Amino acid sequence: MAEQLKMTGIKKIFPGVVALDDVDFRLLPGEIHALMGENGAGKSTLIKVLTGVYDIDGGEIELAGERVRFTGPLQAQQAGISTVYQEVNLCPNLSVAENIFIGREPRKFGRIQWSETRKRAQASLARLDLDIDVTAQLDSYSLAIQQMVAIARATDVGTTKVLILDEPTSSLDASEVEQLFTIMRRLKADGVAILFVSHFLDQVYEIADRMTVLRNGRLIGEYRTDELPQMQLVSKMIGKELEALEQIEEHAKDTTAVERGTPIVEARELGRDGAIAPFSLTIHAGEVVGLAGLLGSGRTELARLLFGADRPDRGELLIDGKPHTVKAPRDAMAEGIAFSSENRRTEGIIGELTVRENMILAMQAARGWTRPIPRRKQDELVEQYIKALQIRPADPERLVRDLSGGNQQKVLLARWLITEPRLLIIDEPTRGIDVGAKAEIQRLVAQLADGGMAVLFVSAELEEVLRLSHKIEVLRDRRLVEELENGADVDADRIMQTIASGATT
Amino acid sequence: MTSMLRHRLFWPAAVLVVLLASNLVFSNNFFTITLQDGHLYGSLIDILRRSAPLVLVALGMTLVIATGGIDLSVGSVMAISGALACLLIGDLSNPDAVGPVLLVVGAAIALCLVFGLWNGFLVAVLGIQPIIATLILMVAGRGVAQLITDGQILNVHSAPYRVIGAGYFLAVPVSFLIAAAAVGLTVALTRRTALGLLLESVGGSPTASRLAGIRSRRITIMVYVFAAAFAGVAGLIYSSDVSSADSNAAGNLIELNAILAVVLGGTALTGGRFSIAGSVLGAVIITTLDITAVSVGVPVETTLLFKAVVVIILCLAQSATFRAKVFGRFGTKRAEVPA
Ligand SMILES: Nc1ncnc2c1ncn2[C@@H]1O[C@H](COP(=O)(O)OP(=O)(O)OP(=O)(O)O)[C@@H](O)[C@H]1O
Ligand SMILES: [Mg+2]
Repeated sequence: MAEQLKMTGIKKIFPGVVALDDVDFRLLPGEIHALMGENGAGKSTLIKVLTGVYDIDGGEIELAGERVRFTGPLQAQQAGISTVYQEVNLCPNLSVAENIFIGREPRKFGRIQWSETRKRAQASLARLDLDIDVTAQLDSYSLAIQQMVAIARATDVGTTKVLILDEPTSSLDASEVEQLFTIMRRLKADGVAILFVSHFLDQVYEIADRMTVLRNGRLIGEYRTDELPQMQLVSKMIGKELEALEQIEEHAKDTTAVERGTPIVEARELGRDGAIAPFSLTIHAGEVVGLAGLLGSGRTELARLLFGADRPDRGELLIDGKPHTVKAPRDAMAEGIAFSSENRRTEGIIGELTVRENMILAMQAARGWTRPIPRRKQDELVEQYIKALQIRPADPERLVRDLSGGNQQKVLLARWLITEPRLLIIDEPTRGIDVGAKAEIQRLVAQLADGGMAVLFVSAELEEVLRLSHKIEVLRDRRLVEELENGADVDADRIMQTIASGATT
Repeated sequence: MTSMLRHRLFWPAAVLVVLLASNLVFSNNFFTITLQDGHLYGSLIDILRRSAPLVLVALGMTLVIATGGIDLSVGSVMAISGALACLLIGDLSNPDAVGPVLLVVGAAIALCLVFGLWNGFLVAVLGIQPIIATLILMVAGRGVAQLITDGQILNVHSAPYRVIGAGYFLAVPVSFLIAAAAVGLTVALTRRTALGLLLESVGGSPTASRLAGIRSRRITIMVYVFAAAFAGVAGLIYSSDVSSADSNAAGNLIELNAILAVVLGGTALTGGRFSIAGSVLGAVIITTLDITAVSVGVPVETTLLFKAVVVIILCLAQSATFRAKVFGRFGTKRAEVPA
C-alpha cells in the first residue's frame, strides 16, 4: 500500500541536543500507528517537525507521494493533517465552541453564525460522549475536559487525512479513552492515517496496528504490534533489560496498615460550592491516601482545598489537631503541605526559567526574597534530584520549556520534594511519564511514605492508586462517597462498582 | 563568534559602537576628554551625564515589565518630584544651606513613594490592568504637578540643589554617579537576593507562582514603588539641571523612551526574564541617538524620524526571524507552540 505520509532521514538539532538523528517514519492510510519512546526520545519533536512548528535540519517529508515542507501548523492543517499537541494549546479565555471552530467558523455572507457554531460544537463533543456548556470559557473546565475539547477540534475536520495525537489520553479516564478509541476506529475505517503517542502500553496494544520506536532521537525500528510482546517493546525503548521494573511489581501492595495517631491534616465537612460537596477526611503521617473517581468527580477540587489553592466556604480544616485557616498556598506551605498541580504548563513549571530555578522556586518562596538559597546549596539539591528522578538532559541551566513533557513533570515534582513536606499532595504526578520513570516515581512515593511523609495521591489511573495507597477515597459527582481501606479484597472492580452505584457512607 | 552573535546584548552594543563611530566622522574630537577647572569635559561625558534620568527611569521600568506590568506614570512622577522640590526650596529662608535642601529632596522622594504605592495598590490589590492603572497617574500626575507650581515655571537658585543635576564630584558628573549608584543598587537588590528570581517567576506565570507560594502581590507593589522612587530621583536631576520646575516639559514622553530602552535591552514586554545591563545600554543608546542627531546635523524636524529608523534597524537585527530570512539560519524556532 502506498504511504499516506513518509518521512526520511529526518534530522533536528537544538543547541546542545540532537533531538532527531536520521529518523525514518511512515504512516499508511487506514492504520493506527503508535510512536513509542522514553521521555525525551524525540516523539513530540518529530510531530512538530512534521507539522511545521520547527524547521527541519535535514531529511524529507512526503504527503501522499508529494514532497512537502510546512511553515506552520495552520498550513499543515490545510493540507489535511490535524494535530493534538502534547500540551493543550487552545485559548483558555475563549469559549469551548470558539475553541473548536476557531479559524474555520461556519459563515454566511462572511458573518460568523454563532448559533450554528454552538450547535456543531455540541454535536462534535457529543460524539465523545461529552455534554457540557459550550458557551462557557474553556479554562473553567478541568484539564481532562480541555484535552477532550482539543480532540474534538482535531477530529471534527472532515478533510483530515492524517490525524496526530500526542499523548491525548494522559489525563483521561478509562471511559473517555474508550470514547476516543471508538472515534479513532471509525476514522481509521474511513481511511485516515492516525499517529498516536502514549506511555500507556495497554492502550497502545489495544488500539495500534503498528509502532515505531525511538530512543535518544534515533530510530530503533518499526514493528507490527502483534509481533512485538510488551516486554520486548519496553527493552527496545529503554535500551536495556527490564530488571528495575520487575522489582516494582514485587513491591506492589505492601500497603500494610500505618500507625494512626493525630492526623497531620483533618478535614471536617470542608467544602466549596460548585467545586466539591462538604467532605471529611484524615491523612496521617506515613500514609498514602489515594483519590479515585471519574473525570470531573472532584478529585482535583478536593486536593486544591487542602492546599489553599482555592478557599473553602464551609467546614473546618485541622492541622495536627488544631483548627487552621488556610487562605493561600503560602499558609499551607508553612505547615509543611506541598501541592503539585495536574496542569503543569499553566500552574506548574515556569517555562522561561531554568531547571534549577524551577526546582528551588517553592523552597525560595518559603524563605522569602531576602534569604536567597546559597548557590552551592542550590546546585547540590538540584543535582541530587536530577539524578534521583533521572531528568534528561541532566543540565540544570537548561530552560524548562526546552525539556520534553515528561521531564518537565519530573522537574515539577522535584520542586516540591526539595521542600521536604510533611504532606505531599500530588495531582497526576505520572502524567506523561514513561514506563521506567513511572515505576521510579511510584517507588519514590512508597519510600517517602515509609520515611513518614503523608501523601495524597490523585490519579486517573486506578491501578496506580491501588498499588500505592493505604486508604482510598472514592469520589463521584463532586462528592466523597466512600472510604476504603486498601487490602486484598479491594481491587479495580470493587472501586468501579462504588463509583457506578454511588454508595454513600 | 556565533556565541557572541547570539549574546543578548550583542546587537545593542553593536549599534552603540556604530553610533559613536559615526559621530567621529562629523566631529573628529568627539572622543576627546579634557579636564577643565577640575571637571571632565567631552561628548562622551556629556552622553553619560544626559543619560542619567533615562537610565533611572528605565531601571524601574525594567522591574515593572519583568512582572508583566508597565508603568506609564513615570514622566508625571518626575514632574511632581521636581515641582515639589522647587516649591519647597523657594520657601527656604536660606536656599544655599545643605541640610534643608537634603530634607526637601527627601520629602520629594517620599511623595513619589506614595504615588508608587498607589500604582501598586491599583494593580496588585484591585487587579486593574497595569496600563490603565498607571494611565490614571500619568494623566492626573501632570495636573498635580501643575497644581504644585500653580501652573507656572518655578525658578530656584540653590547651589546645593544644583549639584544634583549639574555638579561634579572628583571631576565626575554627580548625575552620572547617582545613576551608577542606582544601577548598582538594583543589581544588588535583584541578583544578590532572590528578588530577581521571584520577579521573573511572577512575570513568567502568575498562577504557577502563586501555587509555588510566592507573595506575588507584595512583589508587584514593591516594583511600582521602586519605579516611582527612581522616577522621582530622575525628576530631581532634571529640575536641578535647569534650576527650575517645568510641569509640562519634565519627563515628557520619557515613559516611552524608557519602555524602548527596556525592549532594546532584550527584556520582553510579556514579562519574565529581564536584563538590567540591557536596559542601561538601551537608555544610553537612546541618549546617544539624540546627541548624534544634533552632532551629525540632522535637521530638527527630522530628528524623530532619524531616531525611528535606527530603532527599527536595531529591532530587526534582534529578531531571529528577520536574521534567518536575510542572513540564513541563526534561529531554529519558528512558530510558538509549547512543548
Ligand atoms: N525547543 C527546544 N529546545 C531545545 N531542546 C529541545 C526543545 N524541544 C525539545 N528539546 C529536546 O529534544 C529532545 C526530545 O524532546 P521531545 O519533546 O521530542 O521528547 P518526547 O519524546 O516527546 O518526550 P515525552 O515523552 O517526555 O513527551 C529532548 O531532549 C528535549 O530536551
Ligand atoms: Mg512529548
